[in-house]
Amino acid sequence: MNTLVHAIKSGSAALAWYVKGVMGEDAYDKYVAHQETQHAGSVDEQDRTPVMTEREFWRDLSDRQERNPQGRCC
Amino acid sequence: MASTSRMPVTRSVDTGVPDQDTALPPVSLDGAAVDGGSRRWTPVKIAIWIAISLLGGVSWVMLAIVRGESVNAIWFVFAAICTYLIGYRFYSKFIEKHLLKPDDRRATPAEYMADGKDFAATDRRVLFGHHFAAIAGAGPLVGPVLAAQMGYLPGTIWIIVGVILAGAVQDYLILFFSMRRGGRSLGQMARDELGRIGGTAAILATIAIMIIIIAILALVVVNALASSPWGVFSVSMTIPIALFMGVYLRFMRPGRITEVSIIGFVLLMAAIIGGGMISETAWGAAFFTVGPVPLAIGIIIYGFIAAVLPVWLLLAPRDYLSTFMKIGTIGMLAVAIIIVRPEIFVPAVTSFAVEGNGPIVSGTLFPFLFVTIACGALSGFHALIASGTTPKLIEKERQTRFIGYGGMLMESFVAIMALVAALSIDQGLYFAMNSSAALTGGTVQGAVAFVNSLGLTGVNLTPDVLTQTAADIGESSVVSRTGGAPTLAVGLAHIMQQVFGGAGMMSFWYHFAIMFEALFILTAVDAGTRVSRFMLQDSLGNIFPKFKNTAWRTGSWLATGIMVAAWGAVLVMGVTDPLGGINTLFPLFGIANQLLAAIALAVSMAIVAKRGLFKYIWVVALPLGFASVVTIYASMLKIFSPVPGIGYFAQHNAFVAALDAGQTRFSTATTLPAMQAVIRNTMIQGLLSILFVSLAIIVISAAIMKTAQAWRSHSNATSEDEPIASRIYAPAGFVATPDEKKLEAEWAARPEALRTQRSGH
Repeated sequence: MNTLVHAIKSGSAALAWYVKGVMGEDAYDKYVAHQETQHAGSVDEQDRTPVMTEREFWRDLSDRQERNPQGRCC
Repeated sequence: MASTSRMPVTRSVDTGVPDQDTALPPVSLDGAAVDGGSRRWTPVKIAIWIAISLLGGVSWVMLAIVRGESVNAIWFVFAAICTYLIGYRFYSKFIEKHLLKPDDRRATPAEYMADGKDFAATDRRVLFGHHFAAIAGAGPLVGPVLAAQMGYLPGTIWIIVGVILAGAVQDYLILFFSMRRGGRSLGQMARDELGRIGGTAAILATIAIMIIIIAILALVVVNALASSPWGVFSVSMTIPIALFMGVYLRFMRPGRITEVSIIGFVLLMAAIIGGGMISETAWGAAFFTVGPVPLAIGIIIYGFIAAVLPVWLLLAPRDYLSTFMKIGTIGMLAVAIIIVRPEIFVPAVTSFAVEGNGPIVSGTLFPFLFVTIACGALSGFHALIASGTTPKLIEKERQTRFIGYGGMLMESFVAIMALVAALSIDQGLYFAMNSSAALTGGTVQGAVAFVNSLGLTGVNLTPDVLTQTAADIGESSVVSRTGGAPTLAVGLAHIMQQVFGGAGMMSFWYHFAIMFEALFILTAVDAGTRVSRFMLQDSLGNIFPKFKNTAWRTGSWLATGIMVAAWGAVLVMGVTDPLGGINTLFPLFGIANQLLAAIALAVSMAIVAKRGLFKYIWVVALPLGFASVVTIYASMLKIFSPVPGIGYFAQHNAFVAALDAGQTRFSTATTLPAMQAVIRNTMIQGLLSILFVSLAIIVISAAIMKTAQAWRSHSNATSEDEPIASRIYAPAGFVATPDEKKLEAEWAARPEALRTQRSGH
């Protein structure tokens, strides 16, 4: 029984991870992770570019889409 | 846009890959283990591949040789899947091993240009979904439906064999070449590889082709929605739904994309159900019954507004909705086809394939089958996607085979399912729906008389089949609902109602299918207008530098206006065409798409030749040769054929002669203005054919010249970016092999901070 519950839980977590990935919802998490690892070794505070807040990030994303549109196929 | 500013450097390829950081676990499986998982042929593996081959072989025999009264749809599914598996396992691996030679020791642009935004290493399985959602649209749903008039076999063979030898090869090659060049676009690669004339021709051809493709996709929507109050209501509701989603994401819950897509999906279902109720009321039917011309004008105005509005408000949320619907519906259809397994009564090959007198698309199998089914077998448009976002997100080089080649196999499977859905409907109904109103008169009696006069074996259409189907799907009529979308929707509804809801749900499923096709197409129209506007601005910028500044409002509105006017003109021409519209214009769509494929393959051939890989250049030359022959021959027929049904100018001259002879009605044009419209339309279509074929011939010739030059000079150069050592690892295929799992575990054991840390920029 426990294994079944566990299987359903991990299955739905994997599905949620996949759907979010394909829809692009994980973009902010990826951005934050990138910013963290990028400068993890750096002691110098100057080197750190300020990390955008979630709201700023999504606005920046649509600004980038504005400037650089992506085609959708027929 | 780091990729545009960097100049391509042609250099010798012997530059080795820099040494790997020895503090890290290996970033690549070593030579033996790369193929290790597959090279060791265990008895179990051999047995599995023999079983796949046998099942595939039996399925093809059932389709091609055993011809009973009917054939079951499951054989299409098995034939397709088994052949894809063999093509993927053996042919794409062959290309990988001998032609592309991906090297996981090299960092991809997503790694060495990582910015956490545009360039970001993405899980291969997620990226596969991403890439698939970007390449698959209405194209593979429409072409196979129209080609079904030639029988089921030619279309099936072309979709399956074509994708393995041509379509998937093109997508894989362009994705790989763009990835090796920092994610450079097809246009930029054309300029780099083919020189100024070839490159400019490639860019002009791309813009012209985009115009035609947008126009014809829009025509499909107009044909599906004209005089359908239900469809008009539910599809137009997608605009307020998308606006709501945009506002929600912008101001209320930024980033909650899945959440808002689910809300949007629920609203969309409500719009479909509501559409059914509204179309039954007198005021609803009166208000939402819109003729083709006002509908076309509506789409043109909408296209302009959508292209100048901020992306977050309309374009992005609609795209989320479209992606959500796409993956869900396609999955659902696959399951339904396997459960229902419809019987198909269509002959394998009809006389139309040989005689070229089919009412839906005129012309014989060769070359017109290959331009009618473009997407699904070989789609040049994909080269724009494969050199767009995807190469900037690839984590490891060896994943390109799964994403590029594998993604296209998936689209081909969508085409096969569309074909099955269209084939599963009654033959007589199929011809009544797809023959233009010029032939059927748009009435039930006219359609019955016309279809029964075609002399198809086993087809005896009765009026009640048409009236009953119309009543089942909640439409006033099914006669001459051309463009492929309504036919597919009937087929899909027919299959889906057997799984979910029964006959009472037929009308819901029909409008669900129309909605989902319209959603894809409108997304493609919005995005296509925007992309082509940027291309136009970039090209105009070479003459008037001010246009390069895409933030310049006047310039961007002007460029948008030009693009919308161009596709709008073709759309109105198609909608008002006395000859039927879709049947005269669809060949242009297919030719345009295949010419773009020829351009992409020509660029690929030049790259392969420059690299000195002449031993395996046939991998590119084969599909390039075929696409060139098919499209140039089809274009020549469209320009020079003396048969009015095929040649645009022959049709033109026939009408001019009739007009000069003082006739006021001729062929299917019943009035003088209709005759003048035909004369005008055929001239424009003919000139467009000449333009496309000339540009394509220039590009292909440039590629052949570059190839010959490379051959003579024993070239061994490349315009790839300098190799940079990779510092990350990920498996190549969907499922990790045991060796890959072992290495993955080694990486996973490292502390998070050390795993991807690197000095960037």
